[in-house]
Amino acid sequence: MSKTASILFDAPGPRTVVRHRLYSVAAALVVLVLVAWVLYRFGKAGQFEGEKWEVFTTPEYLSTLLVDGLLKTIQMAAFAVAGAVVFGFVFGIGKMSDHGFVRWPCWAVVELFRAVPVLLMMVFSWYAIGPSTDNSFLAVVVALTVYNGAVLAEVLRAGVLAVPRGQAEAAYALGMRKSQVMLLILMPQAVKIMLPAIISQCIVALKDTALGQYVLAPGLTAVSKQIYLEFNNRVPTMLVVALMYIGVNLLLTALATWLQRRYVGEKRVLQVSAAGTADQTTI
Amino acid sequence: MRAVLDNFDAYLQAFGYTLFLFLVAGVLSMLLGTVLAAMRVGPVAVLRVVGTTYVTLVRNTPLVIVFAFFSFAAPDLGIRFGWLDVHIGPFDFTTFFGAAVVSLSLYTSAFVCEALRAGVNAVSLGQAEAARALGLPFAGVMREVVLPQAFRASIPPMASVQIALIKNTSVAAVFGVAEAVSQMRSFNNEFGTQRYGIALAFAIGYVLVVEVVSYFANRAERRYRVAT
Repeated sequence: MSKTASILFDAPGPRTVVRHRLYSVAAALVVLVLVAWVLYRFGKAGQFEGEKWEVFTTPEYLSTLLVDGLLKTIQMAAFAVAGAVVFGFVFGIGKMSDHGFVRWPCWAVVELFRAVPVLLMMVFSWYAIGPSTDNSFLAVVVALTVYNGAVLAEVLRAGVLAVPRGQAEAAYALGMRKSQVMLLILMPQAVKIMLPAIISQCIVALKDTALGQYVLAPGLTAVSKQIYLEFNNRVPTMLVVALMYIGVNLLLTALATWLQRRYVGEKRVLQVSAAGTADQTTI
Repeated sequence: MRAVLDNFDAYLQAFGYTLFLFLVAGVLSMLLGTVLAAMRVGPVAVLRVVGTTYVTLVRNTPLVIVFAFFSFAAPDLGIRFGWLDVHIGPFDFTTFFGAAVVSLSLYTSAFVCEALRAGVNAVSLGQAEAARALGLPFAGVMREVVLPQAFRASIPPMASVQIALIKNTSVAAVFGVAEAVSQMRSFNNEFGTQRYGIALAFAIGYVLVVEVVSYFANRAERRYRVAT
């Protein structure tokens, strides 16, 4: 326990340190009992028997899990994020337009797709393309593209607004046109600030691919369903799949943190609220 | 659109389930999230580690997997929601609803915890030091100086979390709750030719709910903004 003051507590004295150690021991005991109980109940239900876990040491199934499962999931997320970046740039710049007839439609599109659940978009695009398993992949990608694109449009706006005002003013003073100011001055700086937020959005996209289950999409959840139906090992499969998602997401988080340190410095990650605020700022 | 207008009571009932899920899980997630945030900013090392682990694991797991855990794995732990059998008017709150509420609350509480923690971190250390220098006891520092600022600073991220919860209630459709998206899918099955109208009708429903919540959040944010 470090002996420093936090906003809530002053640096603890010797007696407080002893007291905190006692609390720590008590808390550790409670947590251990809880974990032991969970393990005991799962063990009693036969979830730790070797045969239920054997699947995950069989190369054949492991490769199915990695190729048909993880790879497909990552593919869906990657396509969606690539689409979302394009969507986000188009509508993000559209939202910052000086012309009302460009700005308001873009605003409406972004607001609509941000307020609507991804699952609703998935069901809609699935039925629109044609509800069969062949089209599930596309439906998931389309739904994730428009949702994440709408969020990235806001990220873009926040990124451009985060560039110091003087930059744009200096560029105008040099006689640049609006498009030049945006492309040559604001965008390069904004993209640098946006990078960590875009990676965070990759995590959201990756997690949301699991929703594809509802429209029979391929990916980890589909493969896990086949496995647990065949081997009747729901709990082990679920744990393995969850750990795969968590692993990939932690890698992405590490990447975002690194980019943040490399390109943004001490500034905070861009925070964009899930529902839009009414203020419309134009550059 | 015709399909929805002809079956407007089914539409309303579906959004009723959505709202019930949002309200119950919203309150529970705020309570649990507050406990988690207290663990993470508190002085007990073990609780800090437990809180951090929980938040990291839950935040990086898809909500569908959390739902699946309470549908498939929890029964092995003896956690079943069979006792839940409440009927109010046309609404039935049974096993599926219980599992959905617990999953949504546990998932959202990780994000609530982060929102609150961001609020606490937004208060500068000098504020507490000044309060202590004035001779305020611990409770006084908390009550008069730190917590009011922390709560105010956490209104915007908290609103985002709760709005995300509204949208996340749709996942309950996958696990047997007859809320809006599940109703939309069955409309799509019955009236395949009207899918644009149906999607629009349900999208409008979500937009309305989200806009109402964000209206109140914006008002609260403006009303309680901390001077900087």
